[in-house]
Amino acid sequence: MDALQLLVSGLANGCIYGLIALGFVLIYKATEAVNFAQGDMMMLGAFLTLGLNNEAWMGLPFWVSVPVAIAGMAALGYLLDALLLRRMFGQSQIAVVILTIALGFILRFVAGVIWGHEPQSLESPIAGMDLRIGGIVLGLDEIAVIIVTLLLTGVLWLFFARTRLGLAMQATSQNQLAAYYMGIPVKRIHSLTWALAGAMAAIAGILFATKGAIDPNSGLLGIKAFAAAVIGGFGSLPGALLGGLIVGLVEPFAARYIAAGFSQIMPYLILLLILVFRPDGILAQVRQKKV
Amino acid sequence: MRIVFKTSHDADIRLWKHGMQLSWYLLLLALAAALPLLLDDFMLGEATNVLVWAIAGMGLMLLVGHAGQASLGHAAWLALGAYANTLLQTKAGMPFLLSLPLAAVISGLVAALVTLPIMRLHGIYLAIATLALSVLTEDIIILAEPWTGGVSGLFAPDIEIFGVNFNRYANPHGLYWLVLAITVLVTLGYANLLRAPTGRAFVAVRDSEVSARAMGVHVARTKTLAFALSAAVTAIAGALMGHMAGVFNNETFNIVISIYLLMMIVIGGLGAIHGAFLGALVIGFLPQAIALLRSALAGALGVGSITIPGLETAVFGAILAAFLLFEPRGIYGRWIVIRTWFELFPFYRRDMFRRQRSYLKTERMR
Repeated sequence: MDALQLLVSGLANGCIYGLIALGFVLIYKATEAVNFAQGDMMMLGAFLTLGLNNEAWMGLPFWVSVPVAIAGMAALGYLLDALLLRRMFGQSQIAVVILTIALGFILRFVAGVIWGHEPQSLESPIAGMDLRIGGIVLGLDEIAVIIVTLLLTGVLWLFFARTRLGLAMQATSQNQLAAYYMGIPVKRIHSLTWALAGAMAAIAGILFATKGAIDPNSGLLGIKAFAAAVIGGFGSLPGALLGGLIVGLVEPFAARYIAAGFSQIMPYLILLLILVFRPDGILAQVRQKKV
Repeated sequence: MRIVFKTSHDADIRLWKHGMQLSWYLLLLALAAALPLLLDDFMLGEATNVLVWAIAGMGLMLLVGHAGQASLGHAAWLALGAYANTLLQTKAGMPFLLSLPLAAVISGLVAALVTLPIMRLHGIYLAIATLALSVLTEDIIILAEPWTGGVSGLFAPDIEIFGVNFNRYANPHGLYWLVLAITVLVTLGYANLLRAPTGRAFVAVRDSEVSARAMGVHVARTKTLAFALSAAVTAIAGALMGHMAGVFNNETFNIVISIYLLMMIVIGGLGAIHGAFLGALVIGFLPQAIALLRSALAGALGVGSITIPGLETAVFGAILAAFLLFEPRGIYGRWIVIRTWFELFPFYRRDMFRRQRSYLKTERMR
């Protein structure tokens, strides 16, 4: 029964990695930019909710602070693209990477100044509750993470398959020029994709802060989520979730069955193996570049 | 306006373009050598630090600026240099003069071995692979505790050459001159490399892998060589950092240091040796500048000392973002523009240095 508990907590972690990775992939697909600040946006979203919800700060009801925080992060994502990233259009990919790393540093600083550097956790309605089935004790927060991720995946699928905006985003990510000719406002779509990624980051952050404590350096989790995105196949939305789940599952099992130190190493070892043997990830979407 | 009249083919590959340039560099070298007589011991220590960062910057510049391969994990080579150098001295009993170059060679070989499998990767994927290597290095240092001391770290002995001790505090002048000598050697080697076929091949690979291949450059071998040389130079800087710090552990060379290094050369100006030095100056003196500004601000507001954790990193990030948005050529690129403006005085045109923007063709099939 030990394995089942590891499985659930691994899945819950993996869902959070997957959600952050989804943000990476959304932005990468739409704008060909890699947003290294995604982890820090997750952290900021968590702190925003925490600042609105927790008694020590503003003490708003949980169901008010969550939508406000998600909307706030979406607005931040939109503004980041509209004000900064759009200017980088046409510069090398690595320049954009460095810019987003710099932005991440700034976000981390802002969060530290406002909310301090102590780890804090979100006072959600389900915090600390357990679910007992027979002899197994499962954290309700972990179950909630898995359910929310499943729901979110369904909503995202509907969004991309059924709505005009979702279709426009798909079109933009497949061929910018053709999308532009078809009357799709490509620049605004880019900014909206960033907004969507911001909202995803906020949701991931809320789930993360419900499950454990958060501090300004939690954004570094983004690196692991990034590894997850690459393992799954950078540029594939299901791949991002799959990669997240793989990383999330490998960590606790490696710690349990190999050695404690290996839980940190395994995600990156898998990443290197994937990069060497299947550089485009498990669900590959990238082919050889044409000249 | 100066017109360089070339009378031989050698003039094209000479280290200096004209006699005036050579004399400027000699003047700069003389000034750098005379620095211990002009500065107090604290500032001299900072200057030594700047030189060490400049060496590390040159290591990364070789890879990013000239060979065009991104690396987000160069702190791994700093760490390897520091650990190899210290272990060679303490466990194998080698003198500094032998352990430093040997540490560089070891790092170069390891880099060549490690990068062989990831050489097929391009751009962002390569950056990710190096990032993973850097994160792995931190964990490997902990796992290899019998050698590396794990979390408690390793003590670096004082540098000793023929019985002369170069302790940071006891002999700051000596240490400065030693580091300066190493810096000059590395710089000359780097400049020399750039005018040799290997250096030209690096630049060719940076500008276009396909055209480089068409011109007969062995792309994979060139990239591996660039990685190895870059790691070797960075390892020299790492070894010196180890000696300067005295004690170091797995967290001394973490991922943030890698990113600092990359930011440093971007601010300095990619694609020029000068950029590494200018970036090192920025990174070396930024903490001092912030401290001065902070105390001035505290004095003006009439409050006590203001301490905000993480302020330096944030200011550094803001400066970097401003550079990327407004002057992607970096400090050295801006200086070239200013110099050209003066050289051509009435004839400078506004778009002379305009960069061709390359719009990414999508790499996806569907």
